[in-house]
Amino acid sequence: MAAAARASSSWTDPRAVTAADAVRRVTLAAFRCYGQLRLEVDRGPVVLTGPNGAGKTALLEALSMLAPGRGLRRAALGDLARRKPGGEAPTPWSVAARVDAAGGEIALGTGQDPASRERRVLRIDGEKIRGQKALAERLAIAWATPEQDRLFLDGPGARRRFLDRLVLGFEPGHAAELAAYEHCQRERARLLAEGSGDDAWLSALEDGMARHGIAVAAARRAVAERLDAAAASGAGPFPAARLRMSGAVDQALASMPALAAEDRLRDALAAARAQDAAQGGAAHGPHRSDLEVRFAQKGIAAAEGSTGEQKAMVLSIVLANARALAAERGRPPLLLLDEVVAHLDRARRAAFADEIAALGAQVWLTGTDDDLFHGLRGRAQFFRILDSSVTRT
Amino acid sequence: MTGPELARLIQLLARLPGLGPRSARRAVLDLMRRREQLMLPLAEALREAAEKVVACRSCGNLDTTDPCAICADPRREPGTLVVVEDVGDLWAIERSGATRARYHVLGGVLSALDGIGPDDLDIAGLLRRVRDGAVGEVILALNATVEGQTTAHYVADRLAGLGCRVTRLAHGVPVGGELDYLDDGTLIAALKSRRSL
Ligand SMILES: Nc1ncnc2c1ncn2[C@@H]1O[C@H](COP(=O)(O)OP(=O)(O)OP(=O)(O)O)[C@@H](O)[C@H]1O
Ligand SMILES: [Mg+2]
Ligand SMILES: [Zn+2]
Repeated sequence: MAAAARASSSWTDPRAVTAADAVRRVTLAAFRCYGQLRLEVDRGPVVLTGPNGAGKTALLEALSMLAPGRGLRRAALGDLARRKPGGEAPTPWSVAARVDAAGGEIALGTGQDPASRERRVLRIDGEKIRGQKALAERLAIAWATPEQDRLFLDGPGARRRFLDRLVLGFEPGHAAELAAYEHCQRERARLLAEGSGDDAWLSALEDGMARHGIAVAAARRAVAERLDAAAASGAGPFPAARLRMSGAVDQALASMPALAAEDRLRDALAAARAQDAAQGGAAHGPHRSDLEVRFAQKGIAAAEGSTGEQKAMVLSIVLANARALAAERGRPPLLLLDEVVAHLDRARRAAFADEIAALGAQVWLTGTDDDLFHGLRGRAQFFRILDSSVTRT
Repeated sequence: MTGPELARLIQLLARLPGLGPRSARRAVLDLMRRREQLMLPLAEALREAAEKVVACRSCGNLDTTDPCAICADPRREPGTLVVVEDVGDLWAIERSGATRARYHVLGGVLSALDGIGPDDLDIAGLLRRVRDGAVGEVILALNATVEGQTTAHYVADRLAGLGCRVTRLAHGVPVGGELDYLDDGTLIAALKSRRSL
């Protein structure tokens, strides 16, 4: 009885949510505009304000490097290193953090490998990890950035990338499957371009494309379905998004077992060799699929929404993702939301603040002015950034 | 600052995998400090290995005899070949004591982007051994990397029709995992539960 009462009361009090992926301390060295920075934060939402060029996005980007991949600006590794005024060679950058993660607190460290700077090293509790899956298993990070404003207007590649980032939260092995698929695809393209015509070699690569490609497509489909369900519930004044994957492999997965879909892709690739040799690339595979998003209340494609509606739609998908992940892992992901609030109208801004509080996630928010975050007063920690120095307010 | 002798030594050491110029300098300083206990014995061992160790013409293993001690060992099962990428993987499997079979070292994996094709690997030698000898089973113990699996698929394809059973390690071996890093228990389990291709 007492336990039940405690459990139910913890729902009503977001501060009681302790199981969320959250940064507790972060240390940057030679990262973008930061020479040295150490910041300690509580588990709750974090608001960063400051003028243009102060270093808000750079700080979120640093946190995004705690996830596999190239971070929220998809920057080249070398571009992250702090440029020195005299034009001297930059020192290698690093980001270290203590994080509340799945399975307990961990120390994460990442940065340019001093020995070979095109490589990124990742350490968990001081140990170098091989493969980034181990990291994705412990810590889920999702983000929204102003660059995603064009998500529905750009080509399908951007939407697949956007979804892949979210899939990683549910399927930590997704990045490896994707990399394996793309590797086989590149190898096959090279063989076809050289016209060496070794059938056994081509079949071996097409087998890899089929196995990894169907794994990639199946994971995307499953997560698109979960996001679709989560976005339909709890939309509030946000546009409810409907999501689904469209493409030949996705259709195959909808109508037959995965192994049959593999066989089909393998056969399709083998049959398309001449065509692919002539045109480059591959005519079949999950790289041909698209994430289709519709605006449920209005029954239109997301691309047909107004500018503000499209921005709100991206945000609503990212929040739906956080809710779905919280339900699945028992803890919401770390959320990095760069400049998302400025574009929301007053009603959505208030709803957004409530949603953030209810989620119990550590959400990092940026904006130029404190006023934008009125609804989060007393529910978040506020920092002011000026010329790359950060002070709690 | 360093004389030409040391500079040359550092340069040579720095070419070893996993050793950059920095760690090469450290290694050289350490060698200089332990001239008698380490540096001279190392020089001697290097010379001896360079003079005496050769690649086995049958399996590709490194040994002082050709055929190597494994190929020459009459207690080895004659009917089974374990195919590995490189000698390091052969050693890993030997260390685990998981099998009494003989080996075949391919000497790498297929990689179109690196310009490594079937002719750059010892696949012809493998086909010859299977055709000539009484090989009943070929176990493909290639790494669970994408290249390893592509190569396994390719080799299996070339072996088809030669009348031997082709199996591969069951993936207790994690994807992206390399044999050399696995503990012996995982290797033994993977070898026991290998699957037919
Ligand atoms: N590699 C680098 N080395 C040094 N400084 C850099 C590097 N990359 C970017 N900067 C600088 O870092 C500063 C902070 O950039 P950041 O994008 O974080 O600003 P911001 O606070 O998000 O501003 P805005 O409000 O305009 O989005 C900018 O002045 C930028 O020019
Ligand atoms: Mg910014
Ligand atoms: Zn031998």
